[in-house]
Amino acid sequence: MTYETSAVVAEGLRKSYGGTPALDGFDLAVPAGTVCGLLGPNGAGKTTAVRILATLLRFDAGHARVAGYDVARHPDRVRALIGLTGQYAAVDEILSGRQNLILFGRLRHLPARAARRRADELLDQFGLADAADRSAGAYSGGMRRRLDLAASLITTPRVLFLDEPTTGLDPRSRNGLWEAVRSLVADGTTVLLTTQYLEEADQLADRISVVDAGRVVAEGTSAELKARIGEDRIELVVRHAAQLPAAAGIVERITGGPVSVDVEIRQLSAPVVDRIGALADVMRALQEHGVAVEDVVLRRPTLDEAFLRLTGHRSAGTREEVAA
Amino acid sequence: MRTAVDSRRGAAEHTEVRSPAGPLVRLGWAVADGWVMAGRNMRHVVRSPHEIILYFSLPVMFVLVFGYVFGSGMAVPGNGNYREFLLPGVFVMTMLYGLGATASAVALDASRGVVDRFRSMPMARSALLTGRACADLARAVLELATLVVCGLLVGWRWRNGVGDALAAVGLILLLRLALTWVGILFGLLVPNPDTVAVIVFPLAFPLTALSNVFVAPDLLPRWLGAVAAWNPLSATVAAARELFGNPGIGGESWAAQHPLPLALGWPLLIIVLVAPLAVRRYQRLSR
Repeated sequence: MTYETSAVVAEGLRKSYGGTPALDGFDLAVPAGTVCGLLGPNGAGKTTAVRILATLLRFDAGHARVAGYDVARHPDRVRALIGLTGQYAAVDEILSGRQNLILFGRLRHLPARAARRRADELLDQFGLADAADRSAGAYSGGMRRRLDLAASLITTPRVLFLDEPTTGLDPRSRNGLWEAVRSLVADGTTVLLTTQYLEEADQLADRISVVDAGRVVAEGTSAELKARIGEDRIELVVRHAAQLPAAAGIVERITGGPVSVDVEIRQLSAPVVDRIGALADVMRALQEHGVAVEDVVLRRPTLDEAFLRLTGHRSAGTREEVAA
Repeated sequence: MRTAVDSRRGAAEHTEVRSPAGPLVRLGWAVADGWVMAGRNMRHVVRSPHEIILYFSLPVMFVLVFGYVFGSGMAVPGNGNYREFLLPGVFVMTMLYGLGATASAVALDASRGVVDRFRSMPMARSALLTGRACADLARAVLELATLVVCGLLVGWRWRNGVGDALAAVGLILLLRLALTWVGILFGLLVPNPDTVAVIVFPLAFPLTALSNVFVAPDLLPRWLGAVAAWNPLSATVAAARELFGNPGIGGESWAAQHPLPLALGWPLLIIVLVAPLAVRRYQRLSR
């Protein structure tokens, strides 16, 4: 991928805090107009990477370019072209929502009247018009995130950084935020999104970079990543445990792969290459041999499984989602 | 939340970005951004009215406590009234304690996410700090006005005409501006509003004790007296006493003989040294 077509480029970024590396040769290239998801557990280095690319943090080695400008040499140029919405809503909690947006508009050097008009448009667009004159500190979590995102959009950013934008939001607020991000991307903004939620990366990102220990350990579309982890599997549950051996023999003959059997839940599973063909063949053969099937699925590996395979450990996000 | 079409229409008009060009343009933006930030800080005060009470209570308390508790029994060399002697010192002392409010306000900003937004925007790096200095100077004007009114009520007067009195006020505000920058630096070095407030007091208290606010430095042991005579607070207090025509202390040292140049020089020196340090520190926050 070349500099010209990439809105965000990181090459060999290194950053350590008191000897502990936070980024350890971090490489990334995000094509303009796409959404890239940085997926990884807490402490993987996602936030460090975003803070470096958003000019907030210096780095020890490597190169970084955002919207065509070198981050280290032209931070001012970069700042004029980016928006940043962080993990913690970066708004003034004493000022009202409207005052916040006017303040940030003025600091982006809009004339006073234009700043006021833009603030009103954004309040409308993000459903904050009714709460416009309340202190941002009194907003709910979802409202504050929306205000935070609105503050990043006063001038349309070329590149938008979203650092765990929906952590702690209820599903409705989360969907609303995703909707807003999608409409931005439709307008041509490049988005770099960090998340611990596999679902979020799956939903929003064109390409996903899996980050672990300060490095990108895998990169690709969600489907590519899943494919790299392994083939799809057919999973079926038979009604009578006594038929398990017969069923296993049939499945093994058709799929050609090793069949794993779980007697407890009367389940068989095996890898399949020709998904639909295998499914049809297996079902026909089982029927011919009088094996009663209770349930059958063709399953792609989940991103959780992908993460486990790529990093050797479970993601923090997985545990949270399971707990939730 | 509305659809993509809406957001596109609104945003497109503002896509053009003005980036800093020459040094003069840049200075212009720095002033404009600082002004916008000062407006933000003043809006904070309007939105939290309990703070306004604080603005007035400390000055009133200082005048009453020091004017009546200390001012009732003591005599000043040269037939002066102790209360009249004391009040310029109380004015300056109030300015010094304002440092705590400055430091906690900056620490509060620095500890919050909003500072990330400021630092990721194409605004002047200095604006958060110059805006704070501006707003706190405005606050100091209010405090000083309160002090003057209270002073007049307890019998303090200026005796050399309005011009000199305004010059004294100017020097006191200049010192406050310098102290504001010290407060800003503290707030950035200790970005925790509670901690920094606790740190400021033990630093500020000896500074007033080791000055000419309450006693003549010549009465102190020799080396302490020298410290007190050269204390920047002493310079401003002595200059204010002279300009207000209030009884002063005099003294043998060069510092005691030349309060006016010192009352100008000290604050300017402090600003020149501390302001760039503070801006540098701000740029390196969390780096």
